[in-house]
Amino acid sequence: MELKLALKIDDLDNVATIFAEGLEEGMVVEVRDKRGHSERIPLKAAIPYGHKLALCDLKEGDLIMKYGECIGTASAAIPKGDYVHVHNLKARRGRGDL
Amino acid sequence: MQYTFQGYRRPDGKVGARNLVAVIPTVICANDVGQAICRQVQGTIGYFHHQGCCQLPTDLKRVTDTLSNLGQSANVGAVLLVSLGCEGTDHARIFEEIRATKKPVEIIRIQELGGTSRAIQAGIDAAQRLVMEISGLQRETADASKIIMSIKCGASDSTSGLASNAVIGYVADKLVDLGGTVIFGETTEFLGGEHILANRAVGGADGPVGQKIYEIVNRMEARAKSIGEDMRGGQPTPGNIAGGLSSIEEKSLGAIVKSGHRPIQGVLEYCDRIDDKKGLWIKDAPGREPEILTGMACTGAQAMMFSTGRGAPQGFPSMPVIKICGNPNTFQHMEHDMDLNAGRIIIGEKSIEEVGEEAFALLLRVLSGQMTKNEALGYFGSMDIFCLGPVI
Repeated sequence: MELKLALKIDDLDNVATIFAEGLEEGMVVEVRDKRGHSERIPLKAAIPYGHKLALCDLKEGDLIMKYGECIGTASAAIPKGDYVHVHNLKARRGRGDL
Repeated sequence: MQYTFQGYRRPDGKVGARNLVAVIPTVICANDVGQAICRQVQGTIGYFHHQGCCQLPTDLKRVTDTLSNLGQSANVGAVLLVSLGCEGTDHARIFEEIRATKKPVEIIRIQELGGTSRAIQAGIDAAQRLVMEISGLQRETADASKIIMSIKCGASDSTSGLASNAVIGYVADKLVDLGGTVIFGETTEFLGGEHILANRAVGGADGPVGQKIYEIVNRMEARAKSIGEDMRGGQPTPGNIAGGLSSIEEKSLGAIVKSGHRPIQGVLEYCDRIDDKKGLWIKDAPGREPEILTGMACTGAQAMMFSTGRGAPQGFPSMPVIKICGNPNTFQHMEHDMDLNAGRIIIGEKSIEEVGEEAFALLLRVLSGQMTKNEALGYFGSMDIFCLGPVI
């Protein structure tokens, strides 16, 4: 079976980035960390190439971590294996008028 | 474990990874003479920039400082300055500052010598003398703490943040832990992530280093606004969002990750030297290759680690540039330009740490004399100096 890979860049991260095409709900991805250790996680949604899945259950308001840093907060509860993107991740900053 | 490389020890204590005679035109109008000298004399390189006259005093000082610090950098063993005679840069100061490092330096002046052909003849004789004088110098063992590595990404794609920048971040952390020096720039790419960098500054976000990080980003934004452009509006772009980036922080972090996780010791201005300062530093430099590579080389970096996804081929005259390619397809497609395939992380063959160790070993070999692909191809001629004001 073809490897469905996702990468967790930093030990502090709670999301990983998918490097496989055509992933649908129910399919299993292999999440690797920077040392090459892996965990298999079933997806709770279809997720495109280059997009993110949650590595643990997240509550609304939890910090979303990638690269060992905060990239935003969860704007809703996000279960492990679900799709994380602009629909459930709120940027904390970045607008010029704030 | 002790890590070392084989380098050229300079009279001022610095250690070079190359032993070049630098031909430095002190103004664009001297470039053709400099190029003729470099074509003839083996062991020379030239800094063929486009500045040095009809600029505001601030910029003339920047050009003078940058050329002087390039000449003082450890990969340069001797210098031939090529002056026209009426330029705006202070060529006498460049000469004196390089001479103070005790490396051989000569100067020729085109107007004084009687024009192009006579200057080329005098320049070839001088460059040949300098090459003969330094070419017998032998490499000696130097500790990894003597390494000054610059880092950059260019022609990036979605693999850069995940693979090649993560690999460079691993190398940066390892080098800082060994007592070495790492410098990164590309102030444009900090936008949206400046608070993350400021929090990593020695003394925290409210200390002088943290505040300086905000200052250089604001300065860069203000320059864009002065010609009516808002760089922060509409970030991340619809294309970024379609590609999977959910916030401007995530976009910026893709670039920032190559600096690793160590504290930021300070911020250098574009023309500053690092000398023997250690740890992780920022240099305020734009992202475009000819200008940032010059800025990094004049800092004193002996090598650069350069992350790419789409495939950036260029190097720099006196600083080996190691191309770490995050995209496995690009690596195969452009393997004569790419030094290391970090795309193996994306296809699951290797981990970030495994490729990071390979990259660090390659860095030591390149510092010890192994050519990078762009060096072997001679793809390193384009360079320029980042100026602020108008040409007048």
